[in-house]
Amino acid sequence: MNLTLKIWRQQDANTKGEMKTYEVSDISPDMSFLEMLDVLNEILSKKGEDPVHFDHDCREGICGMCSMVINGRPHGPKQAITTCQLHMRSFKDGDTILIEPWRATAFPVVKDLVVDRGAFDRIIQAGGYISVNTGGTPDANEIPIPKKVADEAFDSATCIGCGACVAACKNASAMLFVSAKVSQLALLPQGHVERKTRVEKMVAQMDEEGFGACTNTGACSAECPKEISLENIARLNREYVGARLSSENI
Amino acid sequence: MSWFSKTLNSTIGRKIFMSLTGIFLILFLTVHVAGNLQLLIPDGGKAFNIYAHTMGTNPFIQVVSKLNFAFIIVHIIWSILLTRQNMAARGVGYAASSGASSKWNSRNMGALGTVILIFLIVHLRKFWYVFKFGEVPTTTIDGAEVPNYFLVVNEAYSYWYYVVFYVVCLIVIAGHLNHGFQSAFQTLGLNHKKYTPFIKAVGALYSIIVPLLFALIPVMMFLRNL
Repeated sequence: MNLTLKIWRQQDANTKGEMKTYEVSDISPDMSFLEMLDVLNEILSKKGEDPVHFDHDCREGICGMCSMVINGRPHGPKQAITTCQLHMRSFKDGDTILIEPWRATAFPVVKDLVVDRGAFDRIIQAGGYISVNTGGTPDANEIPIPKKVADEAFDSATCIGCGACVAACKNASAMLFVSAKVSQLALLPQGHVERKTRVEKMVAQMDEEGFGACTNTGACSAECPKEISLENIARLNREYVGARLSSENI
Repeated sequence: MSWFSKTLNSTIGRKIFMSLTGIFLILFLTVHVAGNLQLLIPDGGKAFNIYAHTMGTNPFIQVVSKLNFAFIIVHIIWSILLTRQNMAARGVGYAASSGASSKWNSRNMGALGTVILIFLIVHLRKFWYVFKFGEVPTTTIDGAEVPNYFLVVNEAYSYWYYVVFYVVCLIVIAGHLNHGFQSAFQTLGLNHKKYTPFIKAVGALYSIIVPLLFALIPVMMFLRNL
């Protein structure tokens, strides 16, 4: 396959970036999208040019590092996969592909396609954990949790924190991420002790990071590689309002 | 800031303002369309004039009407606050944007709302302002002299461009309602496997039926005046 790539190049956070055009040829349709970029980077390195910087780690769809908006869609045109799981057979020979970083003020560009997703870490640090002592491993079935609830908590917990929701949202809202992280703990008994304080602190941190508001367009969930559902956002709103009205945190 | 104002000013608090005022305005539209359909009763405007006179003089309705204006203003101001927050949150835009993952109207509620605001200004100037502060001819119903609001409406809808303007604006309102109805419930956290499909269905029907009934009024009155 021969492709034209238009890639966002930006030296560092303080330099203005621009889209640059590159041609790659003899790309195998069986290559992953990131392998295709590896090929481009090898060509660039051989020419003595600066390779395109992009985040990646496990390359099997579980770490949440890869983060590219491909032709206007986070993680590319396929549903429920990350960029590293996207293969070149999803494109046609001769295609022009636009590759951009996640766009959000809260995710400043570090270089090229690499953005700083520290905002997500700070939201987790604000309350996305359990700090009470829950003791040793309880006997199975000692705490009865309906299978449905356990599944729901687990579905929320599949969020890999890649930030595609923020990238997809027209408002760069982090509500899907925050709601998944709040839900996975709010649904299970171990999370109940700190339930109210958790949601209050996480939402406050989310606001402080400068993310947008949720307009319920559903783009986040549609582009989420783990298909986190919008029900989480409704739960987040319920949890937040309930906590604000009833907690003793002033 | 107190915990209360912090809550109201949080992203979720702001959205709750939008959803509660939106739901109130949905209720208002329902009453508004039900009342105004009386314009189509072929009785020379008698039913409508009685209704409009009652609405204009009933103290309870007067309070609700003031609230309605207040909620419209809150809905507008908070939408501006949120839009500014949202635009700042994006910062640099995308070179390529795909609309594949969401509906057009859900992404353009602000633009649709702006058209509705323009409509509202024209609409209020043409009717509400004239009814309240303008010269309205009177008519006698059952011995009592009441303003002939029907005449004002009938005259306005005899111009084709006015009718076209109303129909176009009502299509925009339909688009706004189509997303806003179910979105308001989602924002309030009312998402449930049993009820959400029902809310979505009612919202979809509402967003078609109510604007359609509203649109019937100028269209029918125009046709009758031909």
